[in-house]
Amino acid sequence: MIIILALIVVIIAWVIITYNSLIQFRNRIENAWSQIDVQLKRRVDLIPNLIETVKGYAGHEKEVFQKVTEARSALQNAKSVGANAEANNMLTGALKTLFAVAEAYPELKANENFMMLQEELAGVESKIAYSRQFYNDTVLKYDNKREMFPSNVIAGMFSFKEREYFEIEEAEKGPVKVQF
Amino acid sequence: MWEQISSNKVKSGFLVGIFIIFVVFLGWLFGRTTVWGPAAPILAAVIAGGAAWGSYYNSDRMVLAISRAKPAEKEDHPHLYHSVEGLAIAAGIPTPKLYIIDDTAPNAFATGRNPEHAAIAVTTGLLQKLNRVELEGVIGHEMSHIANYDTLLMTLTVVMVGTVALVSDWMLRSFLWGGRRRKSSSGGGQVGMVLLVVALVLAVLSPLIAQLIKLAISRRREFLADANGALLTRYPEGLASALETISSDREPLEVANKATAHLYILNPLKGQKGAFNKLFSTHPPMEQRVALLREM
Repeated sequence: MIIILALIVVIIAWVIITYNSLIQFRNRIENAWSQIDVQLKRRVDLIPNLIETVKGYAGHEKEVFQKVTEARSALQNAKSVGANAEANNMLTGALKTLFAVAEAYPELKANENFMMLQEELAGVESKIAYSRQFYNDTVLKYDNKREMFPSNVIAGMFSFKEREYFEIEEAEKGPVKVQF
Repeated sequence: MWEQISSNKVKSGFLVGIFIIFVVFLGWLFGRTTVWGPAAPILAAVIAGGAAWGSYYNSDRMVLAISRAKPAEKEDHPHLYHSVEGLAIAAGIPTPKLYIIDDTAPNAFATGRNPEHAAIAVTTGLLQKLNRVELEGVIGHEMSHIANYDTLLMTLTVVMVGTVALVSDWMLRSFLWGGRRRKSSSGGGQVGMVLLVVALVLAVLSPLIAQLIKLAISRRREFLADANGALLTRYPEGLASALETISSDREPLEVANKATAHLYILNPLKGQKGAFNKLFSTHPPMEQRVALLREM
């Protein structure tokens, strides 16, 4: 009798612990996802300042500014996750062009404000990459827990859904419109 | 990794326990053989308990102060800040505080009782002599020390080993400068003599024992931090070439000493070669670490 009772208590305790750790992992994924957004937002915030600085030295490079501004407004208007990813890729490409253009202006390159912005942007770019990496690492841990025995029993009972990895190719495969 | 964290927490508790027992035992032996009597183990217990409690909360600050590390400003070191912030995101921990040690010898260490109270210190030499990927490799290594709770154990060890050295030094002095009992208790003159010899031997050996404890807990975790650090940056070559650059630098780090050497990414006390030093080295050989990183 006591043994059976003890067994039931142990099983209930295990169910609670497993359930809670699954919840914890799921929340961590949400948190990791919002981390990516925070970094993407930071990059967008840097752009007006950047354009202002570059304009002072290379005001006639109109297409580049247009590209960056377009990507920025596309990002602000993006409603779906797909459109968002596409706009972010557009912005990444536009910024690359901007910095390539800046190479031709030694005075701009020597500008302290520009150097600071360049460093800031490089930092944000790497943080975007790291936050995506962390997101994927977290999803991996969650999926492992969700699929492995015995925790998969609990995951099935409370229908914990599979989470998708962030795949860079996926977003880049999409049609990227380049306007001239 | 979760296993590593809990194992580090258990080991830290264990270390503190062993430390207290060891110090109290030394005190007891000391009391048996000198006029101090039962006051000695009580005094030792108070010292040990105080040191353990104090070091849990303050050892990071003590270590930073010993190493003469100063808080780094973001304006002065934007790239360092970005690397640390980025890798903290990758490791999923809060951004550690950043400190700079004004020394041209390239080296770095991490400290703090948990990721919420962590700090990374780098020398100005490290910032000058490493390129960006190498610096990221080093920061990744330190970040894993923090995320794995290695810093708790490693920083506690600094204070504990320091205290053991201090207490045994004090005991040795007391032996040499009198304070011995004039008459042996309960007529056991021989027992008293034996105890005295044991106490003397222990007093001489205890710093050595403390050293060995320190070694045992620090060599394996260097390999582990290398591997986890490479997992964070996804670029083992960065850390591998950083280790080569740091070790090829012949300059010794002046602020490092025997108590803090094991904290650093590479042994900062240079020019100590030979089999004996290898046996007592706090760090695995650099060549071995680089080879392992290049195999990844």
